[in-house]
Amino acid sequence: MSVNYKELKKDRSSEWRQELRNLLSAKERLKGVRVKMSESSPDERNKNFFEVNNGITAEEAALEARRCLDCPTPTCISGCPVNINIPGFIKEIEKGDMKNAAIVLKSTNALPAICGRVCPQETQCEIKCIYNKIGEPPVAIGNLERYTADTERLSGEMSIPEVAEPNNIKVAIVGSGPAGLTTAGELAKLGYDVTLFEALHEFGGVLVYGIPEFRLPKEIMRVEIENLEEMGVKFVNNFIVGRTASFDDLKEEGFKAFFIGSGAGLPKFMNIPGENLINIFSSNEYLTRVNLMKAFKFPEYDTPIVKGKNVAVIGGGNTAMDSVRTAKRLGADRAMIIYRRSEAEMPARDEEIHHAKEEGIEFLNLNNPIEYIGDEKGKVKQMKAQKMELGEPDDSGRRRPRPMQGSEYLMDVDVVVVGIGTAPNPLIQQVLPELEMTAWGTIVVNDGMQSVTRPDIFAGGDIVRGGATVILAMGDGKIAAESMHNYLQNL
Amino acid sequence: MYKIVQREVLSKDVVKLVITAERISKSRKAGQFVIVKLGEKGERIPLTIADSDLEKGTITLIIQRVGLTSHKFFNIKEGDEVTDIVGPLGLPTHVKKLGTIIAAGGGVGIAPLYPIAKAFKEAGNKLIVILAARNKDLIILEDEMREFADEVLVYTDDGSAGTKGLVTSGVEHIINRENVDEVVTIGPAVMMKFVALLTKKYNIHTLASLNTIMVDGTGMCGACRVTVGGTTKFVCVDGPEFNAHEVDFDEMLLRLGAYVEQEKIAYENVLKGSDGGVE
Ligand SMILES: Cc1cc2nc3c(=O)[nH]c(=O)nc-3n(C[C@H](O)[C@H](O)[C@H](O)COP(=O)(O)OP(=O)(O)OC[C@H]3O[C@@H](n4cnc5c(N)ncnc54)[C@H](O)[C@@H]3O)c2cc1C
Ligand SMILES: Cc1cc2nc3c(=O)[nH]c(=O)nc-3n(C[C@H](O)[C@H](O)[C@H](O)COP(=O)(O)OP(=O)(O)OC[C@H]3O[C@@H](n4cnc5c(N)ncnc54)[C@H](O)[C@@H]3O)c2cc1C
Ligand code: SF4
Ligand code: SF4
Ligand code: FES
Repeated sequence: MSVNYKELKKDRSSEWRQELRNLLSAKERLKGVRVKMSESSPDERNKNFFEVNNGITAEEAALEARRCLDCPTPTCISGCPVNINIPGFIKEIEKGDMKNAAIVLKSTNALPAICGRVCPQETQCEIKCIYNKIGEPPVAIGNLERYTADTERLSGEMSIPEVAEPNNIKVAIVGSGPAGLTTAGELAKLGYDVTLFEALHEFGGVLVYGIPEFRLPKEIMRVEIENLEEMGVKFVNNFIVGRTASFDDLKEEGFKAFFIGSGAGLPKFMNIPGENLINIFSSNEYLTRVNLMKAFKFPEYDTPIVKGKNVAVIGGGNTAMDSVRTAKRLGADRAMIIYRRSEAEMPARDEEIHHAKEEGIEFLNLNNPIEYIGDEKGKVKQMKAQKMELGEPDDSGRRRPRPMQGSEYLMDVDVVVVGIGTAPNPLIQQVLPELEMTAWGTIVVNDGMQSVTRPDIFAGGDIVRGGATVILAMGDGKIAAESMHNYLQNL
Repeated sequence: MYKIVQREVLSKDVVKLVITAERISKSRKAGQFVIVKLGEKGERIPLTIADSDLEKGTITLIIQRVGLTSHKFFNIKEGDEVTDIVGPLGLPTHVKKLGTIIAAGGGVGIAPLYPIAKAFKEAGNKLIVILAARNKDLIILEDEMREFADEVLVYTDDGSAGTKGLVTSGVEHIINRENVDEVVTIGPAVMMKFVALLTKKYNIHTLASLNTIMVDGTGMCGACRVTVGGTTKFVCVDGPEFNAHEVDFDEMLLRLGAYVEQEKIAYENVLKGSDGGVE
């Protein structure tokens, strides 16, 4: 996406923005200290599932908003995958118009309460903030985004986007993750008759079954879905497109185009000996039991979970971090990250790594499991691992880990969670063999997120990118909605 | 949405439920299953679609109570609703005309065997059904099977019905009597293991439908994984049927015991009546 600087300039030169800028000199603005989000104490929060971050106060938000220099060329925007008008909404906060701040945000990002919480800001928008150039911490864009969205939600007066006259054209969305939800919202705004199909019994994709409550309260998701319902989006759960009904069935029922946002939900295992022992889980299973099925409340809820004493979580991404912090909250004495590279290569958000350390998570970096050993009941009791060292950079630019000879050792573990990544679920490929797919099982699309082999099918999010991020999935959804509109209007 | 339109108790622990689920009744094929969930706090469990009625838009489930959730299903009443049903899941049985088929079912494996046996008969095979269970009360669907099977043999551990003996005695008896082209077996993992060992000896191709623990049923979690022919497979998407001679039944048996302690707590709660009560 390219930034529309012309439009931004116009906004920036509006009278009130100029006045606001002149209120304080840049020098004074630079004196401000970056706000620190208040957090529950690590020793308490690592025993419960309440949200770790408590948000910032109105006063803190105003002070932080003041730090933003309202730059003539706001470099921060180029770091945001959907090019949110960052100074635009921040200056509304400074002015004190929270309603408008939300409107500016939501004109580009339908789910700001979520992105403010889970975006890797430190590698996206915030890293591009001008403050970095002078060696100062960047404006806390994520915190301000979250504050704006929360303030709107808690005010009980959320602005529901305007919806065009119904055009009675039926479109189907497959999957209710951030990609599907965004596309649904955008198409509803344009007046389409949108039905969203979800395989699970709850809506939200990874946002409900993967990312835990302590990072993203489910209440937020619920409100977002209610808003989309109010915009006329029909939600159908327990419906697997391709199985419960085929794409052809749906076509016959009048659906003119499809958006596939089915994600990358297939867990990867390492295929090492003993990996099918009892109490070795994929992150997906572990997190689904806890988040979607609420197994942490067993036996009040019916789904059980095994609470380990010594829990090893394999991997270094957000999934692994969420799993290991969940294990700690379920009562593990030792909750450990086993990662084959060093911390510098970890794909997880900085904040998650930082929080995990505070909560007492042990990091065994440059370690890799090679075998699991079970007891007579088939339950894992030990992990054989080896130490690693970093060699030459690989394709991803990260230094390739290689085993150190003779470094194998045994460690007692009673639960292992494998969080080394996921791949697209092959179902879509099975039921739509005419779709062109990559060797990794992702759908090949053009710039408009339209399948290159079937024009009525559009796709975005993890099913196109492999494992990516929430904001990228939403960005895809937005582009897809635009080109679906284009396609449907020219049919 | 998923209304119970008919409930029939088939034996002490087995209930048959006919449920409105229009979409699934249309799209399902023999061998496929659904995942069901009761109430906001319920767990997701897999159940085979025993039958469906296209006109009425219903599916039939046959459920044996073995623990918490199956118990709740046993107690459900006509007119009640099931909160969630998703499906059809899994690959349909590869039904072909092969010649003579033995369908060997044990215990609650008889329920999922029913639609598969029927489909094999409809494809023009000679069908011999062998039903086995601990005792007479646990033999279900015998009359229904007799409606289309060429022959139905019953075996019980205690001899209270049919011949006294195990399902494997029945299978071996038929194999010795005539040429058998394929065996399909569904039941407890131990039973399938021994059927597989037997038919391997005679080199007869055998299908087993595996009843592993599941969560989502869509290939997302890996709870259902088993080793087949040396590689890991997900029963919910790669199965539920596999070449029985390649399945690592010992591993599967262990994995089925993953939650025994927790299941006991949950079941005892329900039996004490603190969670729904007993009939
Ligand atoms: C544990 C975890 C933590 C993460 N943390 C972060 C983070 O902090 N920040 C960040 O930016 N990203 C994070 N990610 C990545 C991010 O969640 C994903 O990139 C994003 O959710 C992808 O969105 P999506 O809409 O493409 O698919 P998903 O969110 O995967 O949703 C796909 C949905 O489609 C449904 N579906 C699939 N097939 C069908 C079908 N045939 N019919 C109907 N429904 C179907 C699925 O059930 C699912 O609900 C994390 C991922 C995980 C697993
Ligand atoms: C593809 C598939 C199809 C199935 N079809 C049917 C069916 O048509 N009718 C039917 O009655 N059952 C069927 N089952 C088995 C059914 O899912 C289990 O009986 C049910 O999950 C048990 O739940 P529960 O809470 O009542 O018992 P739990 O408390 O979970 O378990 C009680 C006991 O049953 C064992 N057990 C747990 N899960 C399973 C399982 N998945 N399979 C076998 N034993 C298990 C446990 O080891 C424990 O000893 C099927 C399973 C699969 C995978
Ligand atoms: S959506 Fe994400 S990347 Fe974009 S501004 Fe917000 S926090 Fe930054
Ligand atoms: S770069 Fe930083 S200071 Fe400049 S507009 Fe963006 S957030 Fe504000
Ligand atoms: S039940 Fe989750 S992958 Fe099969």
